[in-house]
This record gives sequence, structure tokens and C-alpha cells, in this order.
Amino acid sequence: MSAGLLRIIPPAMVVRRPHRMIERHIVAYRRQWLIVVSGFFEPLFYLLSMRAGLGDLVGTVSVGGREVPYDAFVAPALMASSAMNGAIFDSTGNVLHRLKYSRIYDAALATPMSPADVATGEIGWALIRGQLYAISFLVVMAALGLTNSWWSLMALPACALIGLTFAALGFLGTTFMRGWSDMDMVTTLTMPLFLFSATFFPISAYGSWAWVVQLSPLYHGVALVRAANEGVWTASMLGHVAVLTAVALVALTLAARRLDALLRK
Amino acid sequence: MTAPLLDAHRLVKRFGDFTAVNGIDVQVQPGEAFGFLGPNGAGKSSTMRMIACVSAPSEGSLHMFGLDAATHGAAIRARIGVVPQLDTLDTELSVQENLWLYGRFFDLSRAESKRRTKELLEFAQLSERADSIVDNLSGGMKRRLSIARSLINEPELLLLDEPTTGLDPQARHVLWDRLYRLKQQGVTLVLTTHYMDEAEQLCDRLVVMDQGRIVAEGSPRSLIEQYATREVLELRFAAGTNDQQTAALAGIGERQEVLPDRVLVYANDGEAALVQAHDRGARPESALVRRASLEDVFLLLTGRSLVD
Amino acid sequence: MATLAPRSLIGPLRVAEWHLLIYRRFWRMNVLSSFLQPMLYLLGLGVGVGSLVDANTSSSDTLGGVSYVAYVAPGLLVTTAMALCAAESMWPVMGGLKWQRGYHGIATTPLTATDIVLGHGLWMAVRGATAAAAVSVALALFPETRSWGLVPTVVVAALVGMAFAMPIMAFSINAEMDGGFAALQRFFIIPLFLFGGAFYPITQLPVVVQWLAKIPPLWHGVVVARGFTTGNIDWLATAGHLAYVCLWIAVGIVVSVRRLRRKLYP
Repeated sequence: MSAGLLRIIPPAMVVRRPHRMIERHIVAYRRQWLIVVSGFFEPLFYLLSMRAGLGDLVGTVSVGGREVPYDAFVAPALMASSAMNGAIFDSTGNVLHRLKYSRIYDAALATPMSPADVATGEIGWALIRGQLYAISFLVVMAALGLTNSWWSLMALPACALIGLTFAALGFLGTTFMRGWSDMDMVTTLTMPLFLFSATFFPISAYGSWAWVVQLSPLYHGVALVRAANEGVWTASMLGHVAVLTAVALVALTLAARRLDALLRK
Repeated sequence: MTAPLLDAHRLVKRFGDFTAVNGIDVQVQPGEAFGFLGPNGAGKSSTMRMIACVSAPSEGSLHMFGLDAATHGAAIRARIGVVPQLDTLDTELSVQENLWLYGRFFDLSRAESKRRTKELLEFAQLSERADSIVDNLSGGMKRRLSIARSLINEPELLLLDEPTTGLDPQARHVLWDRLYRLKQQGVTLVLTTHYMDEAEQLCDRLVVMDQGRIVAEGSPRSLIEQYATREVLELRFAAGTNDQQTAALAGIGERQEVLPDRVLVYANDGEAALVQAHDRGARPESALVRRASLEDVFLLLTGRSLVD
Repeated sequence: MATLAPRSLIGPLRVAEWHLLIYRRFWRMNVLSSFLQPMLYLLGLGVGVGSLVDANTSSSDTLGGVSYVAYVAPGLLVTTAMALCAAESMWPVMGGLKWQRGYHGIATTPLTATDIVLGHGLWMAVRGATAAAAVSVALALFPETRSWGLVPTVVVAALVGMAFAMPIMAFSINAEMDGGFAALQRFFIIPLFLFGGAFYPITQLPVVVQWLAKIPPLWHGVVVARGFTTGNIDWLATAGHLAYVCLWIAVGIVVSVRRLRRKLYP
């Protein structure tokens, strides 16, 4: 690469070897496969509990003018939430450990790897893992008769976008953490998103407070997955995609900068 | 004379208002073993991080292998090996996975990386622990693994930041032996240490750093000759009488130093100095004549007060 | 059994005091999350989903004639204590033995393994009760959930907390790696939270699941707590449920003491 171009793109931002980080994770997780598999069950338990227990109590919910059973209403939202939770999980605790305690990022940066390679690799890994969960969850939904058409497959790219957004946010947040006690913050921040992103009840229930819900990136993710599952596409979907993409891009750029500042001071 | 492998000119590193490295000039030739000595906070580790191309100099120029470190960091890092002060081993991986996956960061093919892993396990005497999880290794084993890992890219230059701190004597000697072998193979070594015996064992040439500056430079022997006498006489007096006894010693040897527990007399002939002291009426409880060491030079140049 | 009895209550109190001293460094963040989380669930599920449930007229009978938020509130009090005490009996217990090794420190004093176990139980009762009490105060602010029944409910929550803390402590004492804790959370605590009767009557569930849900102490605690807050108390059944909860505490204590003694004085 010419020196001229190098001056335009700072070396820290060059992305060439993110797959090396992913390869490391695949080897490491071969020993911890049970932990990986167990991540699939949490949304499944929620779905089964809602379906069996609350299905009768709630009855039907109106989505885009159509009355759908409660489990069909909740399932896409749980899928979107688990994409968020999985991405956050992978990009916070695990990253903090590697950043501050085992310090394997320091080791990686002593090689031709760049900080952007590390950040992109971590986020890529979170995405791969998230897609595995999303695919399994979609299969379960289909088996339970909660999918409507082939449009439901569009829930997968939607989950990838949610995963990307939250992995980038999680990674960015982790670069500010001082230690393990700050991890409590993660639950404190994600739980309200999980509960109040039109996940368990429609946004109409908020009345004039609906705009607050729209501030949640997860709300836009839930709306996308729900629309995919219902096969109802409107122009507002573009808006949801735009919000998630914008948040993801900003967070990614800031995260790579922060990592660079932390590791290459 | 060949082109230097490392060429630093007026190198400065600042963190906010604090200047960690304050304009140092260093050249290291291929095949040399070069040491940075200095108390904690002298700027050794900051210098090492700049040389490892993981920290950008605030001022000055740094060239390695003839490449500018500011623009060719990745290309330079591909040709060096780094043993950090604190192990950065991957605790979630086994010993051999630590090695071959690290090789992948250097774009080695999987087959090549695994071949070198086998050799390095042998070199580091870790073949039997190849499948152990890193967490279960002893401190000495972890250090050897760190060194083995730093060699996976067959580096031309090896950077070692306090390689033997915290190890027991046996483990230190094994490490010194491995480093000596690397040096014989033509690998250039740059290391920091605050063990003087380590510097004397390993380094052809060294610099003493204090408060971000280089205060002395030369081979271990030449530094001792320049800054110390050939021998040192250590005298211990009864508690509390150091000062009055010292008065009697005036003029003996080239220089004297009064410490809380003993008096040091720097002289080329220690025995003769001891006889002189006796003649002047000094009555020490014990006396010891020893060769001057790098430690004497170090303490002279960087002072005796604790640096925290 | 004589060897299991503590010399006096002083020992366990000393151990509980030790826990309190350590906790003083972390309490701010901790209080926030252990109070905030149940409140968020109450708002999100109790009020939010409640609006859907209460709109569905046929649901009132299933819930025994109370609003959904009033139905869920006591369940959340008890599950809060469960989740808190379960987690506090995993990593911290392993830390006491393996990482910070505080238990080994105590073991060099005249205090015994029994003191450590009972001290932990006492501390868990305090933590469970304070968390439940904080939520109760918040619940008392709203007419729909205000009731004198909240007072005994705090005691029930503390008992359920101990009924999870003590057996899990026994598990943690013998655990080799902390990987088992994540599995315990995901395959035991979270399913219980979801299927343990906090959010709907377990009669909604298939019969096999109902039986499974009745084995751990949670459902028994939830039923008793709900009896107190809604005022439909069957005293005989209440006594039976509470005895069952206490049985879990007792078994957990006995096993924990045995195992801890073997670990500390091999």
C-alpha cells in the first residue's frame, strides 16, 4: 500500500485479518460448547412459558390490523431480543476478560493484527453465534406453527442487523469499563430494552409515551422481525433499518477508536 | 559497519503532561544483545512499546529494518517477537493452541504454524504439557511459553520486557540458556531488566535509563570501569557509630558512600584500603572486599532512594 | 446431629457481619439492580401484559378474581429473592473457597464450618428480605397492590431465598469449575422463574410440567405469598407449604456443613 493512502487511512483502522480472531474463538469454544448451546434455551423457555401460560389469559393481539394469538405476537420479539442479548453477552463480559484480564488483545496487537481487525473479528464472531441461535429459533417457531410464509426467513438478516448494532454498542461500552463490577450496568441497561420495546405488548399500550419506546434500538429490531414473520412490508421498515444501521456504524467507528486509544497508548 | 536494525533518534513519549521518555538516541546492530536498565518508571517499558510498534512516538524518529515505524507498523511487527512484562497468554486455550493460533496472526499457513509449534514446544521444554490448559502451568512454564510464542514468526528481533521477573533461580537459568541459544542463532535481542546479573549475563551492550533519559551507555565491563573502581570494601560498624567512624576513613579509596547499615569504600585495591582503615583506627564489626558490579554502577547513576 | 449444632448464635452472627463488611463496598450498584429489576418486570409484564390480560374478560376467573398486576406482584417478590440468593450462593461461595479464600481465613479462627454455613444462610435471609421489602414498599404505593399481606410476604421471600441458597451452597462447595453455575442459572433458575407460578397459575401448564414445577421450593412460596396479598389464606395448606420450604433449607444446611468441613479441614 502506498504511503499516500496510508496517510488517509490511519493504520489502526485497516481491516485485513478479522477472520484470525474468529478462528481463535472457534478453537476456544470447542471446549465450551455446552455454554454456546445453552444460549439457545433461554428464549425458548420464554416462548414456551408465554405460549402455555399466558396464551389463554391474553387471547389475541392486534398486529397491523390482524388479530394474532399471543405466542405468534411474542415469538418474533423474543427472537429479536435474543439477538440483542446474545450480541451483548459476547461483546461485554467476554471482551472485558480479553481486554483487561487475559489481555490477549495486547498479544494480538504485537502481531500484524490491527485494533480494527480485533474489533471487527469480535463483532463478526458475535454475529455468527447470533445467526446460529436465530436459525434454531426460527426452526422451533416453524415447528410450533408460528411462522406464516417464506417471508419469515427475512427475520434472519433482521437479526443479523440487530446483532451487529448491539455487538458494536456492547463493545463500545466495554472499552469504558473499569472492572467486573461495571458489568451490573449491562443488565440494568438491557433489561428495560428487553421489557419495553413492544416485546410483550404492542406499542399502542403506551399511548402518548410511544415516542420513548421508539428511542430503543431494540424496538426497531422487534418491528423488523415481526414484520418479516407476518410478511407485512411497509415503508416504515426502511426507517427501522436506517436507525439500526446508523447506530451500528457510529458505534463501530467509536469502538475501533477507543480500542486503539486503549491498547496503543 | 552494517545498517542498524533499530535506529531511534530523539525519541519522546508523552502521556498528557507526563514525559515518560525524554529524547533518547539508540542504535542496535543485527545480532547484538542490547539491554535497557533502569529503576521502575525510568521509561524502559514505554520505550519497548514504541519499538514494538504498539505505541506511537510523540516526537523523534524510529526506524527498524530500515522502515519507518510510523507508517510500516504491521510490516515491522511481522518481523519481531515480543515477550511482554506480564504474560498475555490465552488462558482459554491449551499450550499448543496458544502457539499455532498465534502463528495464524502472522498469516502462517495452518500446516506451517503447527510444524513450528512442535519445534518450539521442544525448545521450551513444554512438549509434555502440549495439551494442558495454560492456567494450570507454573510461572516458569508460562514464561517459557511466552518466549516460545514470540518465536512463532521466526523473528529477526526479539523484545523481552523483564523476562525473568518473579521466577525462581532454576527457572531463570533455564531461560537464560534458551536466550543464549537464540543469540547464537543470530537473533537480535533487546531486553529490559532490573537484575544486574541478568544484564551482565545476556547483554553485549546496554544503556542505563533514569527519568526518561539515557544516563550511561556501554558494555557491562566498560560501564563498571568507567563508573566504579575495580573493587569495593564494605565495612559494618556497631549500630549508630557510622558517622564518627567514617571521619577516620577520609581519603581512603577513590570514593566513599555511607549507608544506614554499612559504609562502602570504592578502591582499586580493597585489601590495601582495609589495612589503611585499620591503621587509622577504624574498628568495623565486619569487613568484606568484593569486585565492583554493575549494581554499584546502577545505584551510583540512578540513586538509592525508592522509586514507586 | 450434636456435631452440627453451632456453639452459639454468636458464630453465625460474626460470619454474617463479615459478609456485611464486604458488601458495604458494592452495595450501591447491587441495591439498584436488585430493586430495579423486579420493578421493571412488574411494570413490563404486570402492567403492560396486564392491560392485555385484563381486557380479556375470561381471564379473571383463572386468576381468582384479581387484576393481573395484583396477581403477579407477590410472585415477583418471591422470585426476586430466589434469583438473588441463588446467584449469591454460586460465585461468592466458590470465591470463599478458591479465589479470595475468605472461608479459609475464617477457618483459622475459632469459628467452625457450621458457623460459616449458618452465617451465609443468615446473610441470605437478610439480603432476600431487604430486596423483597424494598419492592413491597414500592408496591404499597399503588392501590391495586397495596395490602397488609405484603408484610408476611417479605418473610416468605426470605425463607424461599434460603431454601435456594443453602442447597446451592452445597453444590458450589463441591464445584470444581464455575462453568456449572451458568448452566444452573440457565437450566434451573430461569425456567423456574418462567414456569414456577409467578406469572400465571401452573394449572395452565401440562400435568407433567406442573409436577416438575412443584418439586423445588419456589412454587410453594409463591402460593403462600399470593394467599397473603390477595387475602385468600388456607392456613393448613400454608403451613404445609412452609414446612416443605423449610425442609429444603434444613437439607441444604446439613449437606453444606458436611461438605464444607471436608473442604476446610481435610
